[in-house]
Amino acid sequence: MIRDITIGQYYPADSVIHRLDPRTKLFGTMIFLISLFLADSIWAYVLATAVLAAAIRISKVPFSFMVRGLKAIVILLLISVSFNLFLTDGETLVKLGFLRITKEGLYTAAFMAVRLIYLVLGSSLMTLTTTPNELTDGLEKGLGFLKRFGLPIHEVSMMMSIALRFIPILIEETDKIMKAQMARGADFESGNLIQKAKAMVPLLVPLFISAFRRATDLAMAMEARCYRGGEGRTKMKPLKYKSRDRISYLLFFLYIGIIIAMRVML
Amino acid sequence: MGIKAVNLNYIYGQGTAFEQYALKDVNFEIQDGEFIGLIGHTGSGKSTLIQHLNGLLKATSGEIYVNGENIYSPGYNMKALRSKVGLVFQYPEHQLFEVDVFSDVCFGPKNQGLPKEEIERRAREALSLVGLDESYYSQSPFELSGGQKRRVAIAGVLAMEPQVLILDEPTAGLDPRGRDEILDQIDRLHRERGMTIILVSHSMEDVAKYADRLLVMNHGEKLFDGPPKEVFKHYKELEQVGLAAPQITYIVQDLRSRGIDIDDNITTIAEAKEAILALLSGKEKT
Repeated sequence: MIRDITIGQYYPADSVIHRLDPRTKLFGTMIFLISLFLADSIWAYVLATAVLAAAIRISKVPFSFMVRGLKAIVILLLISVSFNLFLTDGETLVKLGFLRITKEGLYTAAFMAVRLIYLVLGSSLMTLTTTPNELTDGLEKGLGFLKRFGLPIHEVSMMMSIALRFIPILIEETDKIMKAQMARGADFESGNLIQKAKAMVPLLVPLFISAFRRATDLAMAMEARCYRGGEGRTKMKPLKYKSRDRISYLLFFLYIGIIIAMRVML
Repeated sequence: MGIKAVNLNYIYGQGTAFEQYALKDVNFEIQDGEFIGLIGHTGSGKSTLIQHLNGLLKATSGEIYVNGENIYSPGYNMKALRSKVGLVFQYPEHQLFEVDVFSDVCFGPKNQGLPKEEIERRAREALSLVGLDESYYSQSPFELSGGQKRRVAIAGVLAMEPQVLILDEPTAGLDPRGRDEILDQIDRLHRERGMTIILVSHSMEDVAKYADRLLVMNHGEKLFDGPPKEVFKHYKELEQVGLAAPQITYIVQDLRSRGIDIDDNITTIAEAKEAILALLSGKEKT
């Protein structure tokens, strides 16, 4: 269940996309997400599909791996599709009792579904090809200009990378405690909602305690290595744009340009 | 209560790029009342193996028979199995959650659905078995020392009155005194109650001292199976898989290589002491 979340899971492979600067990938993903909301014609979606398919192909991440991220949004997808399908006014196509499907409803539902799926695929492509460390480095540098407005960018990105770093550890810890309590006869599966919620107590209390213990240990270890925030801190691998990044930026602008042109002209 | 494993295989992450054998064709039979020492270096499959014995992990292929019953047969009661085969995990104090020691120990028997008096009787008995008296009952388990916490956690499993007790490195991170106390208590459970014990350990001295029989795991396969004295004769092979024989075995081997005629079956310090004293007194006479 928890393991199905592909966001924050890195798939190691050797591809151009893996080697891109994280800032480029962040920007590219953002462009792609914006383009999905700008696209309003079938041709624009064809273009978006082609771009996404090409990117997935180049990334060498198996498609089956990408689709796993979709499991998490199945319910959201079903709800939004059925709302759009049944509750849009317009030309009636089919009538089932009090439910009716309109032509406009069918269109919006289809666009909505494609949009949601592409949103998830696009962003998981980024997280699958970028290690959490690169990602936060990219965010820190890419948003560095906000420091001038007094925002603690370094601290926020450090917190983010620590949080990401601890996801697998906490999953493992949950698994361990769950098993330990199951060995003592605990039952996490059967029973009604209230019984299930009560059954979580023997899991959550030890989990919280261990999370706090790990947090104090980590803070101690960081202080022991003289960590004192972002000021004057240098990077072991400073981010630097290469020619592949410049080409990518060019492609991004070209792509968003075409999408905008399509919106204006079609 | 016997446990028998037949052609046990367990594959991690089957069907993904990270597929890996954690157990490979493991076979063994454990008789009632045995004290088994399970050794192997880190990642050899010990922890995976013991989680199969009470059904927390399901083998990819192979069977496990507990009291002659196949635990993978449909309709087998896993919950009942878990109260027959008690499993104490590594760092078991991390599972404590209740407001006081006594109710934490009650958690297991409560899950077994026993009447209140029986639950409390078992909790009292389990706590006295691990050497914690009534003054601890109402204390918060989080305010105890490391060794005391661990004893509370072990009592939590003992309170379910299992017939087989499996302990995964119960002495990790304890000071020498805490370690000896825990091991002596486990040994007493074995001798006085006839409980079957499976002790996972990294200390060759400990398993040499307490276990009747050793199972050695390496890369998910069973490497040796036999009494400690037999297994430690293979100390050269053990070294190759990241293990060793007890230190005293090396001293005995060293003495032998220097021409002193001492029994090479020695695996504990007590035995070595006797043998050396016997040799010395023999010399005095001549």
